[in-house]
Amino acid sequence: MKVKIFISLKPTVSDPQGTTIKGALHKLGFNMVNDVRAGKFIELDIEDGEESDIRLQVSEMCQKLLSNPIIEDFEFELEK
Amino acid sequence: MKFGVVVFPGTWSDVDCFHVIKDCLDQDVEYIWHKDTDLSKFDCIILPGGFSYGDYLRCGAIAKFSPVMESIKEFSEKGKAIIGICNGFQILCESGILPGVLIRNRDLKFRCEMTNLLVQNTDTVFTNRCDLDQVIQVPISHGEGNYFVDNDTLNELEKNNQILFSYSSSIGEVSEINNPNGSVMNIAGIVNQKGNVLGMMPHPERVCDPILGGTDGLKIFGSILDHFSDSVSF
Repeated sequence: MKVKIFISLKPTVSDPQGTTIKGALHKLGFNMVNDVRAGKFIELDIEDGEESDIRLQVSEMCQKLLSNPIIEDFEFELEK
Repeated sequence: MKFGVVVFPGTWSDVDCFHVIKDCLDQDVEYIWHKDTDLSKFDCIILPGGFSYGDYLRCGAIAKFSPVMESIKEFSEKGKAIIGICNGFQILCESGILPGVLIRNRDLKFRCEMTNLLVQNTDTVFTNRCDLDQVIQVPISHGEGNYFVDNDTLNELEKNNQILFSYSSSIGEVSEINNPNGSVMNIAGIVNQKGNVLGMMPHPERVCDPILGGTDGLKIFGSILDHFSDSVSF
């Protein structure tokens, strides 16, 4: 089973990388872009199992290691 | 007293720290490999700078699970002295031993330059050789030194006098123009509530040996020595 994890900076944390990307997009003429937030995408290949159990375990992985709860939020999707 | 310098895979300032303790301060020092767990013979532990585990995921995120970190947590709970420099500061934050987190510099650049630090609390293990509102010169060398913490914790830090060093001008003005990385309130170094754990982004070990152009770092390491000679434990 594949798990797709998306980690993003909390809205209250400034994102200099996003601001720089926005500037570059504007230079290319994409002026409709109002804001950019850059994050991380992590894909796991894990053993099949009970969905509720997998959700619990992936949540734990995100809280313990994959994200820093002070500055980041996470969400994930399971793909069979 | 005996110092220990922790070495993770990817640590790079360990030799500098070792040199300062041994040759500039003439004290006993040993390296501690990140898989060691017995810290009983040490009085002060240094977590040096570098790129532990290649800074993968987030700075310090993997290092916090090294076996030595459990022992370091216990060491800190016993009230013993710990100093985390640069990557060491990042590891202490990731481990929850110090509050907050170090994120990417505001301008996305790796900044390697001398900074002026305003000393804001001299009643600590690490700053008793400094004068209040004194400006010391210590270099930074980091891409992720932008200290971030939520407002409630920031108020706590201020209230408890936990902010030891702030980036300033040469005459001690703390303003945005003297902020090299975007840290909240120009914070360069903090201690935990108990005051026995210091985390700082600037590198005091690089300004101890006069041949390197400065000796202000000795004020910090010397403070630790003075503290231990005044009282056996704290």
